[in-house]
Amino acid sequence: MNGALPFIAAAALLALVLGFLARRGKDMNLEQWTVGGRGFGALFVFVLLAGEIYTTFTFLGGSGFAYGKGAPAYYILCYGTLAYVISYFMLPPIWRYAKEHRLYSQSDFFVRKYDSPALGVIVALVDIVALIPYLVLQFKGLGIIVEIAGYGAISSTVAIWIGAAVVAAYVMVSGVHGSAWTAVAKDTMILVVVVFLGIYLPVHFYGGFGPMFTAIEQAKPGFTALPPHGESLWWFSSTVLLTALGFYTWPHTFASIYTAKGASALRKNAVFLPLYQLILLFVFFVGFAATLQVPGLTGSNIDLALFKLSAKTFDPWFVGVVGATGVLTALVPGSMIMMTAATLIANNLYRTVNPSADDRQVSLLAKLLVPVVALVAVFFTLKGGETIVALLLMGYSFVTQLFPALVLSLARRNFATREGATAGIIAGVATVAAVSLTGTNFHTLPWLPPQIQDLNIGIVALAVNFVVLIVVSLATRRATAPASAAAE
Amino acid sequence: MHSIRWLAVIPFLALIIGPFFVNRVTPFVLGLPFLLAWIVAWILLTSLIMAVIYANDPANQEDEP
Repeated sequence: MNGALPFIAAAALLALVLGFLARRGKDMNLEQWTVGGRGFGALFVFVLLAGEIYTTFTFLGGSGFAYGKGAPAYYILCYGTLAYVISYFMLPPIWRYAKEHRLYSQSDFFVRKYDSPALGVIVALVDIVALIPYLVLQFKGLGIIVEIAGYGAISSTVAIWIGAAVVAAYVMVSGVHGSAWTAVAKDTMILVVVVFLGIYLPVHFYGGFGPMFTAIEQAKPGFTALPPHGESLWWFSSTVLLTALGFYTWPHTFASIYTAKGASALRKNAVFLPLYQLILLFVFFVGFAATLQVPGLTGSNIDLALFKLSAKTFDPWFVGVVGATGVLTALVPGSMIMMTAATLIANNLYRTVNPSADDRQVSLLAKLLVPVVALVAVFFTLKGGETIVALLLMGYSFVTQLFPALVLSLARRNFATREGATAGIIAGVATVAAVSLTGTNFHTLPWLPPQIQDLNIGIVALAVNFVVLIVVSLATRRATAPASAAAE
Repeated sequence: MHSIRWLAVIPFLALIIGPFFVNRVTPFVLGLPFLLAWIVAWILLTSLIMAVIYANDPANQEDEP
């Protein structure tokens, strides 16, 4: 037993208790379980949206990125901000349509808009293939955090099993209500802990932000601006644009739009979420502070920068508090992902095969699938090798492929036909898979100008997707009545 | 009224095109490297822009129940 463990255990217990309490007074039918009865006000929607963004990736990866690479990490600040701007215009029509048609999942949205159950199945499959590695990433982060913050008293394997069991239990009982309640606890803690670390560490080690960045500039000239090659300006801008577009196509983020009570809650959040994005700035400060204080971490170990520096600076009990915060950053997004994946399988795969299933059966199946999803993710976390890493890198690019068909469907007259949307998504996803699995990027094409070489390769998949969508839509438009007529 | 919504284009210009003109470490602004200070300033301004759009959006007056 050491000083850190009680805090980490308390975090897991807190999540469990809040997760169970969230159920009180609700009849947990499918609508309550998966979209909170469409009754969440601005605050709950805020913590859900923020809860999905501030994951272990933010906590470990954000600080590690700043530690290991410097300025390229800024892209994380930018893409979220732009995604919120898009959200102001994009989310209210999605919300309204989902409410009118009583939709539960992202796949439902495509089924309705394009009047195509087949497209729904494709979207559900793309979603699940992207979600499982994302869940694995959370579990991996959880294992690392508990092992380091607990000074090795609990192995990462044990931590992953316990974490998965806690989340699966409260998701089964309370669904999205559990996620929202635990997200409130998580966001309060992360706000306090990260802002404290981001201010204390630079002041403690360097005497302030200015002196810290001066010291970094002396030791590593140019580290805090973008490099001329590789992760250059061209990489930065193309990546910010791509990831901003893909932001709300994540199925668990998409489903949390449905939980809103009204459209103005979504618009209000577009005003406040950019400010909340600044938490990342403090995460970066921690990473920058670590650059000169705990040098020498390389490869995937750069993600340990925050905890290495905390362990060097603070008493074990406070490392425990940081660890507890880290645990919550894994559990909350984990709960959303599990619930979304289980809903997709039950509602969009099973119900397609067995259309006579009623809501009660689908709801029961979804809840029973939660521990199954958790087990699959734990299996990949503990056993997964290269495959899962490849999938992780592909996940974001996969869901981004849903963007063109989604955005066009919001127009009054949808240009894209059912066939066009389907073909575009398939072409885009196939391009992502081909590019990722063969390790292609523009750098392997030496005849291209260097600016183009630095562009994010995801641009290609999105372009292929869009071109196929247009061509197939034009071809099928004359043959059949436009899908938009059926959808509207 | 509708034209105010076009303000939303500005953050994209500032954060996607803008960095090409401000990719430098110095001068420091409030202790931050120049590029980082630029980005942080535009995040604050983005929030402000969205607040202006929100305040002028008729959709928020006739809100859904």
